[in-house]
Amino acid sequence: MFRAALRVSVSGARSLTRARPQYTASVAARSYSHGKQETDEEFDARWVTYFSKPDIDAWELRKGMNTLIGYDLVPEPKILEAALKACRRLDDLASAIRILEAVKNKAGPHKEIYPYVIQELLPTLSELGIPTPEELGIDKA
Amino acid sequence: MLATRALRLVGKRALSTSICLRGGHGVAKVEDYTLPAYFDRRENPLPDIKFVQQLSPEQKSLKEKEKGSWAVLSKEEKIALYRISFKESFAEMEKGTGEWKSVVAGIFFFIGFTGLVVLWQRKYVYGDVPHTFDPEYKQKELQRMLDMRINPVEGFSAKWDYENNAWKK
Repeated sequence: MFRAALRVSVSGARSLTRARPQYTASVAARSYSHGKQETDEEFDARWVTYFSKPDIDAWELRKGMNTLIGYDLVPEPKILEAALKACRRLDDLASAIRILEAVKNKAGPHKEIYPYVIQELLPTLSELGIPTPEELGIDKA
Repeated sequence: MLATRALRLVGKRALSTSICLRGGHGVAKVEDYTLPAYFDRRENPLPDIKFVQQLSPEQKSLKEKEKGSWAVLSKEEKIALYRISFKESFAEMEKGTGEWKSVVAGIFFFIGFTGLVVLWQRKYVYGDVPHTFDPEYKQKELQRMLDMRINPVEGFSAKWDYENNAWKK
């Protein structure tokens, strides 16, 4: 019993030291109060896998993106990186820019999230040649 | 026996799965509202269809160029590609209309108009006020109230100086 308690406390301590940005919330795939909750990493991994499909089609990209934006969270940069690469495979620059706009809009009043995301995505953006909405000037009405 | 005869009949008629035959009159007209629509919504960032459906030759060649490296596209070309797919950017779709200014202006206008109506009414509709509003009558009323010692402790008559026949300073 003591060993079990120790095990629980050790795993608890481990999860605390994983420094999470506060903005990506954990979302269960189904809303049970019982049953295993999907962790943030599982959620992220699931979405990265979705967008990383080599022969993803335009519908799947749209569906994935619209669903992801429907969640109460700002997607992690690694999910967005996979989505932007999917746009590249589909030769769709406009959607790539739109995704960045949607992320900024999703952050709402938390103005520090979008610059962080862009900073994390900078390697991907320069590699693929995707401009930010600010660079194009379409972030102003 | 009957079933097989019925099946043979069905087999003779070529049932097309893609065309809708309406009582043998031909193909049903596809209504606009049944097709996927374009709309700008923040909760649906990637609409079902592109905004511009019929591309001009320049747009077509730009779309071909999009298949290559995006780094070689100029800023204008990138904006043009965006505008082919989308009508309004997020900033444009989210901005306010300024309609509230018209609403407030309308409110003030109608309040002002009502004021004019009230003034007109005072002049042309209402008759004289009763004689009890005349200054002389009012004075007599005031004197009566003081004589009656209305509210002598804290109110009306308490403020009147009976010695000097004036209001207390």
